[in-house]
Amino acid sequence: MSDLLAPFLEFGFMRRALVGCLALSLSAPPLGVFLMLRRMSLMSEAMSHAILPGAAVGFLVAGLSLPAMTLGGLAAGLAVALLAGFVTRSTVLREDASLAAFYLISLAAGVLLVSLRGSQIDLLHILFGTVLALDDPALWLLGGISSLTLFALALLYRPLVMECVDPLFLRTVSRAGGPAHYAFLGLVVVNLVAGFQALGTLLAVGLMLLPAIAARFWARGLSGLIPVSMLVGALSSVIGLALSYRFDLPSGPAIVLAAGALYAVSLVAGPRGGLAWRLVRARHLEA
Amino acid sequence: MNAPLQVLPGAIRLAGLTLGYDRHPAVHHLDGTIPAGDMLAVVGPNGAGKSTLLKGLVGEIPCLDGAILRGVPREALAYLPQADEIDRSFPLSVLDLASMGLWRRAGAWRSLGRSRGAVLDALGSVGLSGFEERAIGTLSGGQFQRVLFARLILQDAAVILLDEPFTGIDARTVDDLVGLIGRWHAQGRTVVAALHDFAQVRAHFPRTLLIAREPVAWGPTAAVLTPQNLARAARLSEAWDEAAGVCARGHDHAPAHPDPAQAHGHERAHAHTHAHGHAHGHEHGHEQAGHGHGSAA
Repeated sequence: MSDLLAPFLEFGFMRRALVGCLALSLSAPPLGVFLMLRRMSLMSEAMSHAILPGAAVGFLVAGLSLPAMTLGGLAAGLAVALLAGFVTRSTVLREDASLAAFYLISLAAGVLLVSLRGSQIDLLHILFGTVLALDDPALWLLGGISSLTLFALALLYRPLVMECVDPLFLRTVSRAGGPAHYAFLGLVVVNLVAGFQALGTLLAVGLMLLPAIAARFWARGLSGLIPVSMLVGALSSVIGLALSYRFDLPSGPAIVLAAGALYAVSLVAGPRGGLAWRLVRARHLEA
Repeated sequence: MNAPLQVLPGAIRLAGLTLGYDRHPAVHHLDGTIPAGDMLAVVGPNGAGKSTLLKGLVGEIPCLDGAILRGVPREALAYLPQADEIDRSFPLSVLDLASMGLWRRAGAWRSLGRSRGAVLDALGSVGLSGFEERAIGTLSGGQFQRVLFARLILQDAAVILLDEPFTGIDARTVDDLVGLIGRWHAQGRTVVAALHDFAQVRAHFPRTLLIAREPVAWGPTAAVLTPQNLARAARLSEAWDEAAGVCARGHDHAPAHPDPAQAHGHERAHAHTHAHGHAHGHEHGHEQAGHGHGSAA
């Protein structure tokens, strides 16, 4: 255990990385829970690709500058989210199809832009993140996004749940469904941009979805799923960072693989439908 | 349409209402008023436009033509859709689902704590005491429908629209829920229900609208559910015609009020040919009407 924590005590950059990842672990997994329950898990994956051209434009304009790439990513992600949401709500296309159309366009544009200038190394930075080099502004950004997300989720919670369970009912009693949906998509984008600081665009989704999916095996209701997913996210961050230091691995993939390992454990041992529980056949109840 | 249409408070007036999808009408030129406190059954064959009419009333789909004048604010409408539009796998408790009915009072933020008693009462009055913490995914079809009725109770709406509320529900549950609907009627609420079971309609609903895309008859249930009207409804429920032309019945043609006595008038015959007449040509005028008259006779 002390082996696990030693690098965090010893090195400032490890502590900064940990703080950044913990902030992300508080905000991204709850969004993942909603995505999973709405069967939109892969939507966040698509969205993470959609961020690329914005980040690339920022990169083209200002080089490897975090604020520029963040703003660009935010703009591109929000544009795709809003356009896809608009098309879903006003045409026959379902959410997955309209999002797929926009993210593919966006991804292709992003790859094109990155290839205009910059080497493979730069591309790797964008794709896999730079968690071990988080500076003060980046930490503030992560903390701010995390706080914003938690407040916004608290405000949106009720319409969001109703929109998930019975969108038709929400439409008949209120107009809050649309704004809640767009705000939720916006939060997903903001968190993916935050995640891409630390983990890179490809793996930002990992910290959003894997903890949420793992939590499904431990808790039944939303009031259980959300804290469990945060816990899994935080554990993955600690374990992933420690292992990446110990074995000199890239930190982003290490964190996501740690989350993957926790998912595998949950899959087998989780009390809510874990595979191991299939072997035990509990005596059924009287009624 | 010169003078603005008027509607009494609490009533809902349908003026030349046409509802449908992709310009194809599913409810065609419907005129009439649902007075406040009415208890109206909407019956008709499958595809007659019953669900479409309810969706139109609640504002879920736009009018293709004509208008719906609501004498009540939009929030005073409660709508029970066919249950399969709800995601039952969502991890939500019965208490939470029923509590959604409190939206008008509690909105997105206000506490539900003080209303807990009201929610428990509502669940009790649909026979679900003790089910509060059950997940909605574990309920049977009948239990689920009872939860939705509890939600309707909590909505406390002046106008309640029910879309086939008893499909796949056992007799005992239907009896309980019909009793509940009767109490709503007694409290002066307006109830409009799309139904299939004529025996149920005759036993419990004083007034009936029989539609088959066209309005067939609207009035006291016994006068509407006659063998002649039902036979006409069966004939009128035509399939959607891809090649259908633009409807020629404008506002200046006074739309025929559904009156069984006029069933064989010119207006009716024209209406009848409407769906199939247009495969022959897209010209749409009096010639077409004459042609249709001939083929219908």
